[in-house]
Amino acid sequence: MELISHDILIVGGGGAGLRAAIAIGEENPDLTVGVISKVYPMRSHTVSAEGGAAAVIKPNDSLDNHCYDTISGADWMADQDAVELFVDEAPREMVQLEHWGCPWSREPDGSVAVRPFGGMKVERTWFAADKTGFHMLHALFQTALKYNNVTRYDEWFATKLLVHDGTCQGVTALELRTGQIRAIAGKATILCTGGAGRIFPFTTNAAIKTGDGMSLAYRAGVPLKDMEFVQYHPTGLPGTGILITEASRGEGGILVNKDGDRYLQNYELGEPLDVNDPEHPRKRAMELGPRDRLSQAFVQERQQGRTIQGPYGDYVHLDVRHMGEKKINKKIPFVRELCRNYAGIDPVHELIPVRPVVHYVMGGVHTNIDGETPLPGLLAAGECACVSINGANRLGSNSLTELLVFGARAARAAVCFSAQTGTLATEELLAQAGQEQQRIRKQFFEPSSGTETIAQIRLELTEAMEDGAGIYRTADSLTTTCDNIRHLKERFKNVELADHSLTFNTELTTALELEYMLDVAEALAHSASARTESRGSHQRTDYPERDDERFLKHSLAYQTDGDPRIEYLDVVITRWPPGERHYGSK
Amino acid sequence: MAANENSQPEATISLEVFRYCPEQEDEPRFQTYEVPYREDWVVLDALNYIKDKIDGSLTYRWSCRMGVCGSCGMMVNGEPKLTCAAFLRDYHPALIRVEPLSYFPVIRDLVINMEGFLDKLTEVKAWLVPKEEKPVSEGEYLQTPAELAKYKDFSMCINCMLCYSACPVFGHHEEFLGPAVIALAQRYNLDSRDGGADERAEAIFSHEGIWECTFVGDCSRVCPKNVDPAGAIQQAKVTATKDFYRSVLVPWGK
Repeated sequence: MELISHDILIVGGGGAGLRAAIAIGEENPDLTVGVISKVYPMRSHTVSAEGGAAAVIKPNDSLDNHCYDTISGADWMADQDAVELFVDEAPREMVQLEHWGCPWSREPDGSVAVRPFGGMKVERTWFAADKTGFHMLHALFQTALKYNNVTRYDEWFATKLLVHDGTCQGVTALELRTGQIRAIAGKATILCTGGAGRIFPFTTNAAIKTGDGMSLAYRAGVPLKDMEFVQYHPTGLPGTGILITEASRGEGGILVNKDGDRYLQNYELGEPLDVNDPEHPRKRAMELGPRDRLSQAFVQERQQGRTIQGPYGDYVHLDVRHMGEKKINKKIPFVRELCRNYAGIDPVHELIPVRPVVHYVMGGVHTNIDGETPLPGLLAAGECACVSINGANRLGSNSLTELLVFGARAARAAVCFSAQTGTLATEELLAQAGQEQQRIRKQFFEPSSGTETIAQIRLELTEAMEDGAGIYRTADSLTTTCDNIRHLKERFKNVELADHSLTFNTELTTALELEYMLDVAEALAHSASARTESRGSHQRTDYPERDDERFLKHSLAYQTDGDPRIEYLDVVITRWPPGERHYGSK
Repeated sequence: MAANENSQPEATISLEVFRYCPEQEDEPRFQTYEVPYREDWVVLDALNYIKDKIDGSLTYRWSCRMGVCGSCGMMVNGEPKLTCAAFLRDYHPALIRVEPLSYFPVIRDLVINMEGFLDKLTEVKAWLVPKEEKPVSEGEYLQTPAELAKYKDFSMCINCMLCYSACPVFGHHEEFLGPAVIALAQRYNLDSRDGGADERAEAIFSHEGIWECTFVGDCSRVCPKNVDPAGAIQQAKVTATKDFYRSVLVPWGK
C-alpha cells in the first residue's frame, strides 16, 4: 500500500467541507488539501436544505437579537461565547457566498431579501427561493473547482482515523471503484460528515446521513457531546419524511388539526392572528414558534385524538392556500413540486398533510469554537460537530450559516495546526491501514455462518430509537432502547454479505454505515438516559422540568468496552443568564 | 376457491434490471425481480426493496430521494429518469426495464462513470468570475429580481446527467461539453455580477460538437428541473456568431 499525503484532509464534501477547502485555498494556496467524500460533493445532504440561512443584515435587526433568539431557542444549552462569534461572523460569510455567485432572492432594489423563520424576533433568513441548500452547495462546489491545491477523492468512504502518538494523522478510506483500502495522511483532519438522522425510521435526512464522522471520532476516544438532543421538524410529508420547509410558515402558512383549529394556540405559543392580518405571521409565536415546541404540540394533539389518521401514522394539515398561486410559485415553488410529486396534492388548492420528522442532530463531535476536538490534529465542523451553538434545540436557518462560519474557522485552525506539525509517522500509518484492511476483509468478506442481514438490523435499530428515544422519553423507554442497541451490536457481528466483489460494493458500505449508526445510537440513548430533566428537544415525561442546578451542562459520551461513559461540562454563559422561554407574547 | 376469497394475492410488479460486474463477468445481462406493487412507490423504492430483501449485490447510487441531489438517474424503459421521481403506477402492470444512463461507461450495474462531466465543468469555469472585484466588507453586489431571473433557470441544474443520456451528439462524441455544462456556463455568462463570458467562450467553442447540436431538444425534454439546456446552447451559439465566431472567421465583418 502506498501512502497518499496532504497537508490537510477534509472528510465530507458538503457545505462545511467545501467551505473549509476554499478557506484553506484562500489562507495558503501552497497547502495541499484532500477532500474525501463518499458521494460526489454536490450530492451531499446540504443540497436538500430548503428554507434559508440566518444572518443579521437589515437595519431593523441586531446581533444581540440573533444571539438571544439562538440562545433562548436552544433552551440555554448553547455556549454563549460560540453563539456570539457565530452571529458576528455570519453576515460576512453570507456576503462572501453572494460574491461566489449564490443566487440569493432579492428585494426590488437588488439587495438581499430576508424572510422570518421560527423562533426569530426579526426576520433574518436569507434564501434562494426554497432551494437554499441546493444553491449554497452548488455555489460552494463550483467555486471550489477553481482551487488547484484541492484534490478531490470522490466516492471514497472513510473507515478509520489514523492516530499515532496522540495525534490524528489521517484516515483510511475505501475507494469504491476499486474496492481498495487507501491510507491518506494529513497533518490535520477536519470531519465534515453531517448528521445521523438515518438512525431513526422517519427522517428528512438523505440515505447518506449515517453518523460516519461522529462514530469515527467516538472510536478514536473523542467524546460525542449533547447527543440526546434530536430535532424533530414539525412538518414532514407522511410516509416519505420529505421536508416541507419552515419557510412555508414564514411566508404565512398555518397548522390546523382535524377540526380545522389552529391548535398551537393551546400550547403557550400565543394567539392566532387572521391570515389576512397584516401582522400575520407574528414572529416568535404560533406557527413561528420553535421546532421542539411545535413537534411536542403535535404529540399532545394526537394523544387527545385531534389529529388525522393515515396509512403512515397520524398527521395534521399545513394550509398555505391563502398565499395564492403567484406567491407560492415565487416563494416556495419546491414545496409545490414536492407536494405534487410525493403527496399527490396541489398546495395551491389543497391542505398539505404533515407530521413531525427527525431532521437534525444537535449533538456531535465535541469541539471548541475553532472546531478543534480534544484529539490534536482532529477538527470537526457542521452537523457532525457540536460547538455548541444549537444547544437543546436548533433555531431553523442557523445550520446552513453554521456550515460556513465553522467550516471556515476549522479550516483556519487546521492551517495553524499543520504549520506546527513535523513529519508524519509514515510506516506506522501504513501498518495501521494494513490492519484496517484485514479487519474489513475478515469481518465482511470471509465466509461465515452469519445469518443476520443489514436490512433487518437497521430496521430494528430505527424502531428502537423511535420507540424509546423519540419526542417524549422515560427511564423505562430509554433503558429498553439501550438494551436493544446492545443486542443489535452483538448481532451485527453475524452479518453476512451477499456481495463479495471489489467493484463499487455498496452492500459493504451499507454495512459499514450501519456499524456507525449503532455507535451513534448508543451514545445518543445513553446520554438521553442520563439526563434526568426536560430541556428543549429532550423531553422526559418522568422528569418534566428543566433542572439548571444539575443539568446546565453539556453531556460528553465516551466509548468504552461496555456502555458509554457519560461526563459533563458546564455551559458557557456570557450575557444571557438562564431564563424562561417565552413565545407568543406581543 | 372459497379459501382464497379473503386473501387477495399481493399485487406485484416486475423489474428487469441491467446487471454487470466487470470483475466477475464479461458481458452485461438482465435480471428480473418481482417486487410488491405499491401506488406510492417510485422505481427507487423498488430497487431498495430488491437490495434489502432479495439481492444485496444490486448496485446503484441514490441519496436524497426527493429529486434534488441528482444521484439516481437511470434509464427507465429507455427514458432517462430520476428513479426517485418515476412512479411504479405510471408503468404498472407492465414490466419496468431499468438500465444505466445511456452513453456513459458503466462501472457496475446501474452506476455510470461521470468523471468527464466534472472535468468539463472546470474547463468552462463554471464559477463566478467577478466583473468588478469588491471586498466582502463592502457588502453584496446588487442584483435586481429581473437580473436574477435572466439566469435563474440555468442555475437549477442538479447535475443528474439525464440530458447527456438524451443527447445524440454526446452519444457520438464523448468530448462534447454537453447540455448541462453549457447551461451552467451560460448560467454564469448571464449573471449580472459576472465578467467571465469571453474566457468561457473559448472552451465552449473549442470543440465543434456544439455546431452539431441540431436542437432536437431532447435534453430539455428530459430535464427534471426545467433547465432548458437546449435554450442555453441556442443562446450560446447566437452570442458566438455575433462576437467570437465572427471575429475569428470573418474579421472583416466586424
